[in-house]
Amino acid sequence: MAVIAGRPKRGALLPKQFAAVTDSRLGSLGVYVLRRVLWMIPVVFFVIVITFSLMHLASGSPWDKAGGRQLSQVVIDNLNRKYGLNRPIYEQFALYVWNVLHFDFGLSYQYQGKTVVELIGGGWPYTATIGVLAFALIVPFGIGLGVIAALRQNSRVDYATMGFATFAASFPNFVIGALMIVFFSVLMYKWTGGEFFLPAGGWGVDDHLVMPAVTLALLPIAYTARLTRASTLEVIRQDYVRTAWAKGLSERLVVVRHVLKNALIPVVTTLGPTFAFLVTGSVIVEQVFSIPGIGRAFVQAVNSRDYPMILGTTVLFSLVIAVANLIVDILYVFIDPRVRLT
Amino acid sequence: MAIPVAAMEQAPIDWEVPEVQVGLWADAWVRFRRNRLAVVGLTIITFLIVVALVSPLLVHFGLLANPIKQNVDSIETGPGVNGHLFGTDILGRDTLSRLMIGSEVSLTVGLLVQAIIFPIGLTIGLTAGYFGGRIDNLLMRFTDIWYAFPDLLFVLVVVSVWRLSGSWFFQLIPIFGAIALVNWVGLARLVRGQVLSIKEKEYIEAARSSGSPPLKLILRHLLPNSLGPIIVTLTFGIPQAIFLEAVLSFLGVGIQPPQPTWGQMVADGVEAIYPNPTGVVFPALAIGFTLLAFSFIGDGLRDALDPRMRR
Repeated sequence: MAVIAGRPKRGALLPKQFAAVTDSRLGSLGVYVLRRVLWMIPVVFFVIVITFSLMHLASGSPWDKAGGRQLSQVVIDNLNRKYGLNRPIYEQFALYVWNVLHFDFGLSYQYQGKTVVELIGGGWPYTATIGVLAFALIVPFGIGLGVIAALRQNSRVDYATMGFATFAASFPNFVIGALMIVFFSVLMYKWTGGEFFLPAGGWGVDDHLVMPAVTLALLPIAYTARLTRASTLEVIRQDYVRTAWAKGLSERLVVVRHVLKNALIPVVTTLGPTFAFLVTGSVIVEQVFSIPGIGRAFVQAVNSRDYPMILGTTVLFSLVIAVANLIVDILYVFIDPRVRLT
Repeated sequence: MAIPVAAMEQAPIDWEVPEVQVGLWADAWVRFRRNRLAVVGLTIITFLIVVALVSPLLVHFGLLANPIKQNVDSIETGPGVNGHLFGTDILGRDTLSRLMIGSEVSLTVGLLVQAIIFPIGLTIGLTAGYFGGRIDNLLMRFTDIWYAFPDLLFVLVVVSVWRLSGSWFFQLIPIFGAIALVNWVGLARLVRGQVLSIKEKEYIEAARSSGSPPLKLILRHLLPNSLGPIIVTLTFGIPQAIFLEAVLSFLGVGIQPPQPTWGQMVADGVEAIYPNPTGVVFPALAIGFTLLAFSFIGDGLRDALDPRMRR
């Protein structure tokens, strides 16, 4: 089971003299990690190229809607000069890449005098808090529900879990968020006479976090539960599991030591995509619950054509996702000794 | 040594050949119909298509309230007030009529995007899978990189740059383009994988050795045999496209008013959620159940078209 398909051939990185190093398991892991890290460079570069060219191919200029009125040509010229838009496009691009390498993502068009890094840094704590909370829900609930459903296959628990998973996987998260607000904020408030309800939006490290985190986590929980169930069902039918039962091990030992250990391997691989989902999901969830995180800033930037902000956020997001996938792939090698790195 | 002819004669095998020969598609249809959820899904979608086709007529003949007519006398009423079956929104527009008219946008996006992706993904996937070599390498490299770009972000970036004004269909063009751009890669990879696995089968070898030209080989043998998973992927692509459009509308960067869309209606409803929570509930459920129906159909098709994949 090779994890990587279609990446540079082995040995391309180091000369033959290092064969002793690269052939040892740890050494090959090192080469593998190095190769993957290097592979991230063209990926991020490509994201910059695409986003950058999309923005500069755009019809109209970012100042078309500034302040809701037509600016005079002099002002537009000055703005263009300030943001370097009067230079040739290849120069702008080279400068941008050079600045990104120095972690400078430029000035925001939307907020005078604010840099993109400042804006992203300001939203980061909110987005990260919700994301971490959601992740903390996904792992136990997704895996737990999946394992229980598989162990009690075709029981009522199984049907209920899978029914829930089907619903949660089909309903978009902004729909789930909106419905949760209706139920837990509006109706709860009315029914309990204002005694018990969840806040419909805003920020606070308290019950404000419940609905956003659950909304964000619901879809990944559904996917994880389905996948865990499927892979557990497959493992349960293996001979070594029957042997484990036959030699009289307790249910707990069979499940934890023999079933789970193998069933969770494919689940780990989905943690990378799950992370990507959390990142893009934050864009929606923050909008639904009015959370001042990066996702909301991104939507505002999209609405007001704040190109440096859009560009910076996109690059940052894809970088985060690439790193998350890398970590998952490395984890995979440690979890499953059968994985070969070539 | 010659084998006696009598020894070669065997008892006639009872093949149980049915009177009417059932082809792949008829067989799949029988299996599909046996799946109750898939039939429910198909019913819901058929109903929606009828609604989308009929509602403009109903509005035209005055049988359905005008979806963009504002009525300041009944703003944010609950269901059933002032003759509005599903209530009204923040501008006093009839929710039922907006829901029905809004369905045309969702269905158009879902179906048309697949119609765009299908020829592109198919051609590239078939070429890469069949000819292999450099084209294949290029495709794999390209898709590897493309996967780094989160779908939603890409679509948002595209619509932030290109927005057309005009009729809703015209406004949809950049959205179609963006969604198709993020989705064809998955289809191309799937087709490639299918072709790679089928290419080595004996019947392909037989066809090739009997002098079948590549184009005929692809069209007559490779394509029909990989069609099942392709159809399933396209079906699952429909809810994905509808979801993306709904999100765009919800975030306010999709189709602009006055054309009602479900995502827009959810966003409007959230604004006035305390006086009239049903303003959110109806469009939210419409989106949710439409997506659910399509994924039921997808599940049903998968089980019907590939019996080996059944649980």
